[in-house]
Amino acid sequence: MIEISHVNKWYSPSFQVLTDCTTSVTKGEVVVVCGPSGSGKSTLIKCVNALEPFQSGDISVDGTKVNDPKTDLPKLRSRVGMVFQHFELFPHLKIIDNLCLAQQKVLDRSRDKAMAKGMQLLERVGLKEQAQKYPANLSGGQQQRVAIARALAMDPIVMLFDEPTSALDPEMVSEVLDVMVDLAHEGMTMMVVTHEMGFARKVANRVIFMDRGEIVEDAAKEDFFGKPRSDRAQKFLSKILSH
Amino acid sequence: MFANLDFDVIRRALPYLFFEGMTFTLTLTALAALGGLVFGTALALMRLSGFKILGRVAGVYVDFMRSLPLVLVIFWFYFLVPYIGQWVTGASRPISVGAFASSLITFIMFEAAYFSEIMRAGIQSISRGQPAAASALGLTYAQTMRYVVLPQAFRNMLPVLITQTIVLFQDTSLVYVLSITDFLGAASKVAQRDGRLVEMYLFAAVVYFTISCIASFGVRRLQARIAIIR
Repeated sequence: MIEISHVNKWYSPSFQVLTDCTTSVTKGEVVVVCGPSGSGKSTLIKCVNALEPFQSGDISVDGTKVNDPKTDLPKLRSRVGMVFQHFELFPHLKIIDNLCLAQQKVLDRSRDKAMAKGMQLLERVGLKEQAQKYPANLSGGQQQRVAIARALAMDPIVMLFDEPTSALDPEMVSEVLDVMVDLAHEGMTMMVVTHEMGFARKVANRVIFMDRGEIVEDAAKEDFFGKPRSDRAQKFLSKILSH
Repeated sequence: MFANLDFDVIRRALPYLFFEGMTFTLTLTALAALGGLVFGTALALMRLSGFKILGRVAGVYVDFMRSLPLVLVIFWFYFLVPYIGQWVTGASRPISVGAFASSLITFIMFEAAYFSEIMRAGIQSISRGQPAAASALGLTYAQTMRYVVLPQAFRNMLPVLITQTIVLFQDTSLVYVLSITDFLGAASKVAQRDGRLVEMYLFAAVVYFTISCIASFGVRRLQARIAIIR
């Protein structure tokens, strides 16, 4: 579904952000990307839907090359759902209109159809009653659940999550993770940048560990948590699992 | 000095002052603000577009307009436009442009320079995550601007835009250089005809002051409301 091969990105010759990153995500797979901050995880996931450009290498999604100038990027992005660290709901639109905007403008769905789809997804994330409110009136956890519903409204073939729980108060993390776990169980293809190792243990098929712009470890979940091969991954794991 | 003032001259002139003068002033203000906002937003988008040449053109235009006194622009524009029109259309005589059309175009062009700076600040105040989220949903650049960025920029900047419009409302009185009957022009005509300069100019000042004051008060209340929404 997602093929990343030999991707390099740098801001200047001395400032390399991604170094020769190669990995893939197959259909129905849940891949968790972790690593210390500044290791390039978020940059890598943003390269997948071309929100970040890169200098060399190739990324393709469902057979379409992301870095080909001839690719219809808006069309490609409409099929790739993305959830951001800071939610990025549109504050001037009601919750339901946040869900309808792209459905109507990008997929040309009728207002009625978009509304029906939107309400169905809001019900699924448990926020049907909030449809007529504005984002500012919702808690962080609720906003992030709306953001997931907004991405799902486009019927994506794959979902990207960029640290979806990092900006949340601790007591709101689980309500967002619950939605993501359900999604994984339904067979959604997911690439998730997160520090939530509990989530990784529960639903990930594979774990990718990044450090200083490189993919250091790319292993099945059992192998990664059982005995990571690299020193750096061992150290990272012992640090975040020791509490 | 105030002993022999005749304030009844104002009452007699009221219909003329408001139906002729104020109607013109308000129409010009509204149309110029609207046109200036549209044109100014386009300039702001040009400057932020990332195309160097477009940005430079808009930047030079804004700096040029802001470096000239408005009276001069009105004056020159009125006398130049017929000749520019002649040159553009290749007509044999200077084309005739009415005083209203001429002053409206001048104000739109002049205000656009100021509105563009306001809209530019407004667009820059939107966090980069917003356009990123919009593109991630598949919206094109134009759709992102139209449905996500500009509505927020406009709303955040509404108090400043209205304040600029209040300044514009007062500036429209400068059309007197074209002998147009705006509110001040109408007051001035009555003043000279009846020899009642003090009364008429005093009254004109009170009217401009009252309208601007009420509008400013409205802006302050609006600001408070927007602060709550955010």
